[in-house]
This record gives sequence, C-alpha cells and structure tokens, in this order.
Amino acid sequence: MELLWDGYIEPLVWIVAKILAIVVPLLVAVAYLTYAERKVIGAIQLRKGPNVVGPFGLLQPLADGLKLFLKETIIPTSANKGVFVIAPMLTFILAIIAWAVIPFDEGMVLADLNVGILYLFAISSLGVYGIVMAGWASNSKYAFLGALRSGAQMVSYEISIGLIIISVLLTTGSLNLSDIVRGQIGGVWEWNFIYHFPMFIVFIVSILAETNRAPFDLPEAEAELVSGYNVDYSAMTFALFFLGEYANMILMSGLAAVLFLGGWSAPLPFLDFIPGAIWFILKICFVLFIFLWVRATFPRYRYDQLMRLGWKIFLPLSFAWVMLVATFLVVFDKVPA
Amino acid sequence: MSFIDRTARSFLLAELVSGMALTLKYMFKPKVTLNYPYEKGPLSPRFRGEHALRRYPNGEERCIACKLCEAICPAQAITIEVEPRDDGSRRTTRYDIDMTKCIYCGFCEEACPVDAIVEGPNFEFATENREELLYDKDKLLANGERWEAELAARLEADAPYR
Repeated sequence: MELLWDGYIEPLVWIVAKILAIVVPLLVAVAYLTYAERKVIGAIQLRKGPNVVGPFGLLQPLADGLKLFLKETIIPTSANKGVFVIAPMLTFILAIIAWAVIPFDEGMVLADLNVGILYLFAISSLGVYGIVMAGWASNSKYAFLGALRSGAQMVSYEISIGLIIISVLLTTGSLNLSDIVRGQIGGVWEWNFIYHFPMFIVFIVSILAETNRAPFDLPEAEAELVSGYNVDYSAMTFALFFLGEYANMILMSGLAAVLFLGGWSAPLPFLDFIPGAIWFILKICFVLFIFLWVRATFPRYRYDQLMRLGWKIFLPLSFAWVMLVATFLVVFDKVPA
Repeated sequence: MSFIDRTARSFLLAELVSGMALTLKYMFKPKVTLNYPYEKGPLSPRFRGEHALRRYPNGEERCIACKLCEAICPAQAITIEVEPRDDGSRRTTRYDIDMTKCIYCGFCEEACPVDAIVEGPNFEFATENREELLYDKDKLLANGERWEAELAARLEADAPYR
C-alpha cells in the first residue's frame, strides 16, 4: 500500500498539479492575449478597444469564451466527422504539451529534457497536422486552400527556424533549454540577440509565419479565403483552434525569449532580486507585443512573396549565418565544451 | 551608389522600421472613439432625421394639405387624404409616411410652404417590427410635440441660409 502511494499516486498527483499550474495560467494568458490584441490594435488605430464589459473591458475575454461555450457545434454533413472533430483537439493539445520543456525559472520546468529544443521543434512541426486535417475534413474549397497554404508556409519557415536554432546551439553547446538560458545569465550584454542580431530579426519574422499571424496570415486570409481552414468550425471546435493559435503565439514568444532574450535572467545583474519567472513573463509579453504591433502595421503578404521570402531570403541568410558562426567558433577556438 | 543605398535600406529594413515607428507613435495619441450611447457627435441643424408634423403656437396644425410633399417625395413614401373641416379650412384626414420607404432626402421639408412637415434631429427610432415604422398622422404630430423646441431652434439656425 505504501509502495502504491509513494511510488505511483504521489508522483502522479504532483505531476498533475504541476501541469495544472502551467496550463491554467496559460489559458488565462490566452484569453487576455485576445484582449491585449484588441486593445493594442485599437490604440494604434486611434480606437479604444473593448471597454464595456467590466472595468476597462477586462471581462470581455470571459464573455467571448462564454459565448463560444454556449453556441451549438455545427458539423457539416459532407465533413469527415471523426477527423473534423479531432483536428481542433490536436491543434490545441500540441499547443499545450510543448510547454512541458519551457523553463520559467532556474529549476522551474516540468520536464528538463536534454533534447528540449528538439522536442519543441518536433511538436511545433506537428502543429501543421491539425490545420491540414481541419482543411481536409471540412470538405470545402476555402478550408482546403487555407490548409494547403498553411502547410506549405509552416514547412517552409520551419527550415529557417531550424537553422537559426542551430546557430544558437553552436554558441551554447546544449540542446537543453535551461542550459541555453544559463549560458546567457549575467546581463543584457550576454543575451544571444546581441551576437545573433540578424538571426533574431529573421527568427521573429519566421515565428510570425510559423504561427500564421499577420502579415503572414494567408491561411485565414479573410479577403480571399473567407477564414481559411476554420471556415466550417463553430463554437467549441472553433474555440479550440483559437486557443491553439494563441497558445502557439505565446509558446513561440517563450522560445524567442529563451533562445535570444536570456529566458529568466535579469537584464542587469543588480535586478536579480526580482524572480526569474517575472522576467521571463515580461520578455514573453515583449515579444507578444511585437506580434500585435506588426499585425497593426503591415498589410498581408502575397502568397508568392511569402514563399520567396522563406526560401530565397531567409533560408540562404540563416544558412550563411550557421556557416559564419561555425567558422568563427572553430577559427577562434571558442567551441563550447 | 543608388544601388548600394537601396540594398542597404532593404537589408536594414528601413521602411519596416519607419512604419512600425509610425504606428507606435499613433498608439499614444488621443483616441477618437465616441462612447456612443453615452457620448454623441455633433449634429448639423440641417440633419435629416425622423419626421415630425408641427403645430402653430396656438395649437392649430400647420399642415394645409397642399400635398406638395406627397408630390415631390421621390420614394412615394407619403400618403395624404384631404377633406375640408367644418370651419371650411383645408386639413388632412390622413397623413402617412412609410419610414421604410423614406430615403431621408428632405424634399418634403423643402417643399412645405408652412414648415409643417420637418425632419428632426432624432435618428434613434429603431423598432422591433416593420409595422411600427408606418407612421400615421397621430405619430407625426406626437413627434412634433416631443421635439418642438429643438425643431424651432433648428429652423431658426438654418433660416439665414434659405
């Protein structure tokens, strides 16, 4: 009996508690990200944004969520029902499980994998399946075209993201996300974005494309594809796509913070007394603000421009950078042990 | 030289950065939102809103049933029937405006020789069903009573330009 408790039940309870401690704030963050998006874009367009539901409109995300909960889930008759229902769940689950390896602070990580970055990369690559499945199962031309675009786009930009990650790994010498952050502790001048500045920019642009955000939101280009892969979705199934998309945005911002902005480390050494998790969250918020800022600034790319940017500019650029970094490290004998 | 200049600009993302700087600047400007049901924008005295039939200060209806408004109405939204009253004056027995047909051109107001039919400042007269938008004489006269102060002020403000 004691063995059962100590060996199985207690660890299980602990792990579930830890998962909840990540997932619940994440979902709240997603809800308030939609609010922040509307506020920021509203401010840039000289509007006020939501300000009616609750003080400063702070209850707006709850109202929106409630609406999506209460609506009827409509499954089109011509849709492939099984795949149609599984697709949004898959998108949502993949957006959530990737958080297992993100370090919030020294030791504050659910799974301290030694191949954390590979895990993250694998999970984010799988994300395309949810969208392709949704587009295919909807059995509608708009959804299908949206899914095709999304698939092509995510695959194309993953390659340059992969190469960028490689150049960061070359200077850090570890695939463990916590180790990558440890390599950047000591102040803003230690952070990778200084040494890899061009790649930081390319990375930010690539994660915009990877998460299907404006100006690369071609999969849901409302002007030509109505709403892309999620046209036929309603109520909770739509909400899951929505949550997945925004959770992915936060995840990618977290990845940018870990790889380039020093994760939980304080920007100046004397600011160490503030908990690392707070710095990490602030950095995520900063990258998320860039997401929203970019969305409010730039018009949507054309599909061929998007592909040209991915394959003809970012891919050679990031490849050249990997070569440059590798050469530099070997020539100056700075290869991390 | 211009090639180098252009290439440098495109590699340094000069245009993207200047665009983002502009939007960031706009983010901190005062907002132009009107909190509509609580705040309202200004209305010109010539604003053409909901119709009203006015009365003279002594309570007599202004309308003399000349039917000029009915004749000029491009949407044919106005229907008037006339009978002489007991004291011999021309009065309408029926004055209907179909607000679903009306295009709010203001011609009725222009055509009226006695300032009887006017378009007031009210634009918040949405209804829950179509029938409520078929205004009859009672409704129009009631509107006239409700808005008379504003209607008179508007006519006076616009008078120098007529």
